[in-house]
Amino acid sequence: MTNSIAEIKDAEVIFITGSNTTENHPVIGAQVRQALKKGAKLIVADPREIPLAKDADVYLKIKPGTSIALSNAMIHVILEESLEAKEYIANNTEGFDKLQEVVKKYTPEYAAEICGVDAETIREASRLYASTVKASILYCMGITQHHNGTESVMSLSNLALVTGNLGRESSGVNPLRGQNNVQGACDMGALPNVFTGYQSVTNPDIVAKFEKAWGVKLSDKPGLTIPDAVHGAEHGDVKVLYVFGENPMVSDPDTAHVKKALEKTFLVVQDLFLTETAELADVVFPAAAFAEKDGTFANTERRIQRVRKAINPPGEAKADWEIFTELMNRLGYEANYSSAEDIFNEIRTVTPQYAGITYNRIEKEGIQWPCPTEDHPGTKFLHVGKPARGAGLFVPVEFEESPELSSDEYPLVMTTGRVLYQYHTTTMTAKTDGINQMAPGHYIEMNSKLATAKGIQDGDMVKVTSRRGSITTKAIVTDIVDENVVFIPFHWTEGANVLTNGEVLDKYCKIPGLKVTGVKVEKLA
Amino acid sequence: MINLKINGRPVQVEKGTTILQAASKIGVEIPTFCNDPRLKPDGACRICTVEVEGSIKLPTACTTPAEEGMSIWTESSSVVEARKEILQLLLSKHPMDCLTCGKSGMCQLQALCYKYEVKEPAYTAPTSSYPIDESNPFYYSEADKCISCGKCVRVCNELQNTNAISMVERGASTKVSPPFGMPLAESECVSCGNCVSVCPVGALMPKAKEKFRYWETKAVTTTCSYCGVGCQMDLLVKDNKVVEVQPAMGPSNQGLLCVKGKFAYNFVNHPDRLKTPLVRKNGKLQEATWEEAFEVVANKIKETKNQYGPDAIAAFSSARALNEENYLMTKLMRAVIGTNNVDHCARL
Repeated sequence: MTNSIAEIKDAEVIFITGSNTTENHPVIGAQVRQALKKGAKLIVADPREIPLAKDADVYLKIKPGTSIALSNAMIHVILEESLEAKEYIANNTEGFDKLQEVVKKYTPEYAAEICGVDAETIREASRLYASTVKASILYCMGITQHHNGTESVMSLSNLALVTGNLGRESSGVNPLRGQNNVQGACDMGALPNVFTGYQSVTNPDIVAKFEKAWGVKLSDKPGLTIPDAVHGAEHGDVKVLYVFGENPMVSDPDTAHVKKALEKTFLVVQDLFLTETAELADVVFPAAAFAEKDGTFANTERRIQRVRKAINPPGEAKADWEIFTELMNRLGYEANYSSAEDIFNEIRTVTPQYAGITYNRIEKEGIQWPCPTEDHPGTKFLHVGKPARGAGLFVPVEFEESPELSSDEYPLVMTTGRVLYQYHTTTMTAKTDGINQMAPGHYIEMNSKLATAKGIQDGDMVKVTSRRGSITTKAIVTDIVDENVVFIPFHWTEGANVLTNGEVLDKYCKIPGLKVTGVKVEKLA
Repeated sequence: MINLKINGRPVQVEKGTTILQAASKIGVEIPTFCNDPRLKPDGACRICTVEVEGSIKLPTACTTPAEEGMSIWTESSSVVEARKEILQLLLSKHPMDCLTCGKSGMCQLQALCYKYEVKEPAYTAPTSSYPIDESNPFYYSEADKCISCGKCVRVCNELQNTNAISMVERGASTKVSPPFGMPLAESECVSCGNCVSVCPVGALMPKAKEKFRYWETKAVTTTCSYCGVGCQMDLLVKDNKVVEVQPAMGPSNQGLLCVKGKFAYNFVNHPDRLKTPLVRKNGKLQEATWEEAFEVVANKIKETKNQYGPDAIAAFSSARALNEENYLMTKLMRAVIGTNNVDHCARL
């Protein structure tokens, strides 16, 4: 997030898109509603009429995967009606001319056709968003999990820059991160192209810095992303795959393909439970849970907070860092860490954003990076005054329909998501009975017109088929989705990800287009 | 700035400060049931009654602004008398089952009756006895124990903004309920448990899996392990088990939690947790020692590296594990094995 969570309460306009906030980030959802109570206006753009759609001043029920057309049209209206932040654009951005050129054809009428909404509603949303410099965009995987996910984010960033909605309190572009430490895992360089703090593995100075710190020669060749590694395992190029605290058999697209790959490679899994993925492993390491170890997580607002040991792990389970330390030594690299704090202190020496943070300083309250020195208070919001790179770069992007929707055989758009009561692949949540009572298994939401056309009634079992496979699930007939859109939560095994596409990836970051899958639905005899 | 005296001690506060806030500034504790600094003051429970010299009324400290020259007494005999009366009234419709009540030791009513030596109700009120609403899987509502302070309703409406519950009925029959007497399970309730966390008595209680007394637990403050909001929470621990979770005041959660943070902690102590390493032998995963499991993995990595090079090895790191652990995983892959083949589920 460029802003802090607490700043949401003081925003004047909140634009939520591709995030079912009250279900997936409930405590942020509550704070959005606190802001509305204080007078903030809300724009929601989402293919499902999510709970916050009812709170919205403007709601756009867009077709899945059409956010770029919507953002471009909003920029079009803002420029046409001269609502842009002229001074901000002149002083703080580059590439504005090209943006103007590209958005020209995205009239509200043109985008309305693509998105499946009224042109006038797009105009209303545009005017509302541009009416203040305290507008906050909140987005999540509904924006990013597309074959053009990176460009969807860029289109939102263009919208923010054109109105100068960045670099101020309550004003910015805010991805809501879905897992407790997904921010931290990125910060720590658990990405194939960067070391900690987003330092590139292809930059010779950075490689030299880490070679000195770690005392070994390092590779400057970017590594494999998850989809690449799964592909590599399937084709025999990846011989050993070490899966730590993940469950790709449920979370990754195209389950059949994932299974084939995992069965072919030597698989090591380190987890709390014998997950669907661990069942396929050659070796399983039992790991300690968050309540059983000391350390830190980084939340979605870049705040490093303490995790504290409350109890001992069961049986012989060990903290993950102890397992890694042991393996490093067995592989001939001397590692002597006696605590998580030891490791943290090493992280500080190689990660400029974390350099000023100590366990002592975050004993009572976490600190937000960047925090370069021990007397630095941390950073509440980013891009103050000017965007961090010097000038905000407009990268104009064109709408492009997902290749998933090219076939008449699979005419419906399936989109996926989480529900309030479960979390990711249910490994942790499904161990609480009440949770399973509230959310026992997968289902498909479909519009009443679609259901009538197919002779399906609420509660009927249906067969859903995509190019990858078929699943059987229960129909929930509801008009929160449009006639040509269906929704399946992805939490459960043998569910939505049997159907999704693992081959067509975003060209920049290789995210799969999980939010748009072409499917057909039939009533089971 | 405003100057006033509390229990004879001078205190200076900004205009608009309540007597309760002014007292707290100099460490004078005034008892409350319905007060919560995150909520608009309500004055519902009246237990924070104080004496203002020169006034015959005993105003509520939570709603009364401090004024220049005020002299306030927080434990004078008339204040104590008033508080005793309030407690006796509350006891008139409150079951006297502290021996078995799960809230014992954390109950604000119990604590204040102890403090002011209130043992008996003022009289036996003709109250209706309500059935316990157990329809929600995570918590129950025992209306007979409710002291009508309304804090749960205000948390639900002002902070959580779900508006699932309100105060219904009147007088001694007042209770907290969803509209039209519907069960909680059929209401708008999203099971966040924020009402349960602020209830000062045993009226809204988590459905505890373990039997425990609050004085047997220790609280450990940590960060929630579910979504990326980073809510701060206290794990209440007894005998190496997490027995309850209470929200803590973190910058991102302001004392709120959701259903997962508050109630879905059973996985930690679940019997299905992996307790030993497993190694596949004859096609089946079987229990093994750490020594054996480490050897199998280390040998396989060495062998693969020698035969196919480091890029034939890949790892998925974990968005659920610590920063320190993610760092070590990347160091293991990059510095020890020699490949950048490390990613995690940020995209999934």
